[in-house]
Amino acid sequence: MREPTTLAVLGAGHVGPVIARLAIKAGYQVAIATSGDPAGIELITELVIPGAQPRWATDAVADADTVVLAIPLHRFSDLDPNLLSGKLVVDAMNYWPASDGVVKAFEENGSSEIVARRLAGSTTVKALNHIGYHELEDRARRAGAQDRRAAGVAADDPAATEAIAGMISQLGYDPVRLETLRAGRVLQPGGPVFGVSLTLAEFERAVRDEARSLT
Amino acid sequence: MTYTFGLDTFGDRNSDANGSPLTHADTIRNVVEEGVFAEQSGVNFFGIGEHHTDYFPMPAGDVALAAIAARTERIRLGSAVTVLSSDDPVRVFQRYSTLNAISGGRAEVILGRGSSIESFPLFGYDLADYEELFEEKATLFAELLKGGPVTWEGKTRPPLFGQDIVPHTEGGPFPAWIGVGGNPQSVIRAARLGFSLALAIIGGPPARFAAYSQLFQRALERFGRPPLPVLVHSPGHVATTDDQAKAEFWPRWRDIIALVAPERGFAIPTRESFDRETGPDGALYVGSPETVAQKIAANLTALGASRFDLKYGLPGMTHDQLMANIGLYGHQVVPRVRELLT
Repeated sequence: MREPTTLAVLGAGHVGPVIARLAIKAGYQVAIATSGDPAGIELITELVIPGAQPRWATDAVADADTVVLAIPLHRFSDLDPNLLSGKLVVDAMNYWPASDGVVKAFEENGSSEIVARRLAGSTTVKALNHIGYHELEDRARRAGAQDRRAAGVAADDPAATEAIAGMISQLGYDPVRLETLRAGRVLQPGGPVFGVSLTLAEFERAVRDEARSLT
Repeated sequence: MTYTFGLDTFGDRNSDANGSPLTHADTIRNVVEEGVFAEQSGVNFFGIGEHHTDYFPMPAGDVALAAIAARTERIRLGSAVTVLSSDDPVRVFQRYSTLNAISGGRAEVILGRGSSIESFPLFGYDLADYEELFEEKATLFAELLKGGPVTWEGKTRPPLFGQDIVPHTEGGPFPAWIGVGGNPQSVIRAARLGFSLALAIIGGPPARFAAYSQLFQRALERFGRPPLPVLVHSPGHVATTDDQAKAEFWPRWRDIIALVAPERGFAIPTRESFDRETGPDGALYVGSPETVAQKIAANLTALGASRFDLKYGLPGMTHDQLMANIGLYGHQVVPRVRELLT
């Protein structure tokens, strides 16, 4: 699996535009889509995500090698799995009942595992879910910067993990690879790295024991 | 541009000088005194944010605003914010048009979708519906503001057929804003429905919201509406010196953010992150009058905003600290910002 070059970001709320801006800055081709007509996000794209293309979700996904899911989790069931078939999918969503309400399909633990099961024709990677949207851009740093922070990447397919780890590094974070999607539960709300800004060493220390117990 | 300056509170529960919490009732009575003192200090707006917790015991801020209205003459009074998603737009309109009557036309309302969410389970709403609830209710509220009989149908409350909603306002609709925390689609909605834009900036560099301000004005043009004002709401604390302001604010800030972090997804602040947020590029306005004034002036300019509302106080601070903050804000910060902006 090669590193991503062309991204489709699904979702233009709090999170999608931030990831899209980081990706554009890092040189990726980025299209952004919602569940509706791209005309509805033309102005947002022009002023808040300059450089991104507003498109219909179907078109954005068709031309992308990698799809970033940044939609509210309770809308995930509206998404057609066939649309994402054959794509590398970054799940940046969270199941967070205290903040977003209860979603029955996600009551079982491991939200990205549930996403992956539904997207059986895609390769799902959990990433970019655990850093707050208001911090994601401010904290991004070039590789080697002294105050660069870490971000987790979890998938069952090692090649997919590697591909997205490369992208995370381009976006401005030191990737920390977790061995399975299940181990990625450590990145969820309530976990040791959720909403916390950590250096590589701090991050590895925080997830090591807990991730191992989940593997 | 004409600038205005406000103070907002969530009814943050006060402590006494020894650190013991005051009762909810004492805290509410103190808020009324603070609102009256805000007018005496020359502040233009006093806002109360709806909350339903032990540390913010302020679910009925409009009642406190009515008490302030009865003792003041010039200061504008409003919510900051009303959680419209878990309320009935008709009731909200009625409460604030009543406040408008009591105050002689000084009422305002800032509508929020629900960043603080404790009202959802309390009143039987599903958090998963918060977007649909807000979209429908904000649309109805825009209709109510126009005055005259209202016909409306939706999923979130019973329909209205040529319904006259009282009390009627004198002199047209009162000012109404939508509070936005970083979702560009919420900015578009405010423009589409004709609400003014309140940017709640509580973390990170404020300048990044400049694009939202531009987005708002461009969207207003696209919807064929005249330009509308933008306000900035941010937390802070003013004391005689930077060191005193930080010493009073920091431990209370750390405690309250740690308390709400699991629900709100905030990172727990460190002294390092606090110092960054209180610096020139951060979102907290904590310091001496000069420090805070410089920061307000810079950000109003950067964001194309004409109003700044300082969210003053935190749970565990004393009424005396809050009164000192209000006096310094009204007598020193506001005149200094006006001077810097001319």
